[in-house]
Amino acid sequence: MILAALFGLALILLEANSAIAEQVKLAVTSSFHNSGLSDHLIPQAEADLALDIQLLVVGTGQAIKLGKNGDVDAILVHSKPDEEELVKSGFAKYRREIMFNEYVIVGPASDPAQIASVGNLLEVLNRLSKAKVNFVSRGDSSGTHKKEIELWNKITFNPEDIGPQYISVGSGMGKAINIAVAFDAYILTDKATWLNHKNKGNLAIQYEGDQLLYNQYSFLPINKNMHSHVESKLVEKIEEWLISEKAKNIINSYLIENTQVFTFNAN
Amino acid sequence: MFPLSVSGAEISVNSKRLVGPINLMIKQKSISVVLGANGSGKTTLLEALHGLRKLSKGKLEWSIPKNLAAKEQAFVFQAPIMLRRSVLENLIYPLRTRQIPKSIAIEEAMHWAQKIGLENKVHQQAPLLSGGEMQAIAVARALISKPKMLFLDEPTASLDGLAKKTIEDILMSAATNGTKIVMSTHDLGQVKRLADDIIYLHKGIVESHSSKEEFLTSPPSKAAQQFLAGDIVI
Amino acid sequence: MNEIVQGLAQAFWLVISLDRELITISWRSLYVTLTALLISISIAVPLAALLVVNHFRFQRVIIAILNALMGLPPVVVGLIVYILFSRSGPLGVLGLLYTTSVMIVAQAIIITPLIASLSHQAMRERWADYQNLLISINTSKMQSVKTLIWDSKRALITSCLAGFGRGIGEVGAIMIVGGNIDNATRVLTTAISLETSRGNFALALALGFVLISLAMSVSLATHWFGKTERGGLW
Repeated sequence: MILAALFGLALILLEANSAIAEQVKLAVTSSFHNSGLSDHLIPQAEADLALDIQLLVVGTGQAIKLGKNGDVDAILVHSKPDEEELVKSGFAKYRREIMFNEYVIVGPASDPAQIASVGNLLEVLNRLSKAKVNFVSRGDSSGTHKKEIELWNKITFNPEDIGPQYISVGSGMGKAINIAVAFDAYILTDKATWLNHKNKGNLAIQYEGDQLLYNQYSFLPINKNMHSHVESKLVEKIEEWLISEKAKNIINSYLIENTQVFTFNAN
Repeated sequence: MFPLSVSGAEISVNSKRLVGPINLMIKQKSISVVLGANGSGKTTLLEALHGLRKLSKGKLEWSIPKNLAAKEQAFVFQAPIMLRRSVLENLIYPLRTRQIPKSIAIEEAMHWAQKIGLENKVHQQAPLLSGGEMQAIAVARALISKPKMLFLDEPTASLDGLAKKTIEDILMSAATNGTKIVMSTHDLGQVKRLADDIIYLHKGIVESHSSKEEFLTSPPSKAAQQFLAGDIVI
Repeated sequence: MNEIVQGLAQAFWLVISLDRELITISWRSLYVTLTALLISISIAVPLAALLVVNHFRFQRVIIAILNALMGLPPVVVGLIVYILFSRSGPLGVLGLLYTTSVMIVAQAIIITPLIASLSHQAMRERWADYQNLLISINTSKMQSVKTLIWDSKRALITSCLAGFGRGIGEVGAIMIVGGNIDNATRVLTTAISLETSRGNFALALALGFVLISLAMSVSLATHWFGKTERGGLW
């Protein structure tokens, strides 16, 4: 029995030392991953840079925390106020804008709140707040959730006032969409995740296009001064690659259902 | 290690006195039978003598240190305790705990299996055998380590005639070969067949410790008289 | 319902075609849980046996705590292990976060109380049967422990399988400490979670059916090799 325990322990310690290629840990938000772009972008980066980029797909809040704790070498998120906070606290060196995509408002095909024909985002929000319809919220302090709150604030409306039809799920984007499908609800989602999601049910995009719905993704390297083990050199390489022409092409030419979803805007 | 001298021994549980005060001297050789009605404290007394029970009062001493004396004793319980293993594995168990090499232990065990007539069942699971067979295994297992002192608590209580005879024969043979035996029973016939001396127990107290002849011809108390007459002793 | 049929079909195809990713994550699932199981057994079973044969002051409290720990929510264990192994945590220097090693640690923590409690219960019953006999034969504590473990093996195997079941189906803890990293720490359960969140129900179900088959195979194999369901008592 003691032998078994020692054997197990040996395996554990062995694993810790068995990295072959150079490894970098990158925390990315689930929307970046669910869009499918990471499957196109990251392997290419790995090949070009001869690196093993380990992706941790988590919510924005968790990504920020992982960065603070030094459990990852860099993060890719889309929540400007949180990012600025991280830089201010010194844990991230700076934030580097890479690309943006758009949020869309998805809802039941019958559009009971009648927002499809409206040309103005504020009016759309107004109607959603008043029509007695189901609305699913991420409820998890993610970038998407914070954007949703920002939008409600624009019409000075507290979404809790919708009552029980305001469904706050505390889940990632994909799971939240599943719930919206089940409840035949409206939901704010990034376009890429929506197009890629296999379980669309009875829902479709009802509103998009306003500049307020732009969703900026930024790359934040973690500060080596705060966490000495961070792979700063490797992170620099990744950052360089992410703002290169090659990355620009991959990002801009990434299509879902023949639609471009991400726009490269690094400078 | 003999004699075992017991003085002022008492066993109480939750302030209820079960047995005692008892003064006894157990000497080498012979078969001593602890006789008494049900509930008289036979099991408690035997367990105390063997060291399975702690005394609440009094002393119990062998002529050698307790831990050494423990190695020379064996006990057969009223309900046989079988290990969930084969007959053979049960028999070799006491030898293996004494670090005796497996091959020798198996040889001894087979020898005993024959004595109790179970040589064809050695690989069967012991707990699945009949009551008589299990008790025979228990007795063999107790004797296999050649103890100098063997305690038995009503060893043939629920056995049929044949099983009873087998075990009584083994006990008599063991006594002849030098094992001191102290056993309890309430079977008068067995007393007459096996006992050299009788320890009569009534309501937790030893009323007499005398030779078989003495006890049978002149019982020491009214209770003993009643018992011998076949009456229920209350 | 349609998805269940699709899932079954996809599971069949994935297995037949020896889908590379499926094999990798299945192997990783087994590796993590079986290693955790081995570690847990080596701690839990001897611990349980020692708790049975030893008597010490806070015994009842320890046993109660052990039983209560069976209800440890895995996701909470994951969170605590994460905090311990985080770079900002006390064990951060080991750099084990987001490796299969830390997943093994988390699962071992979850499984050990379960196996310990169930083993303890089984061996405690065995001890109740054997105690008087083993004390009488003068077995050492170590010998008693070995005897208890061996003679309770069926119940122990069942408790180990319960531990295995708990581990192989666990997702909360290993998601947090392992990170579900593609090609590094992704296992069947975390993959199922991922595909579900992508709306890919058919694939998620397929993986689920593979997981079920895997778990059942391990169970059946254990019973087959242990010859546990073939008559007799144990």
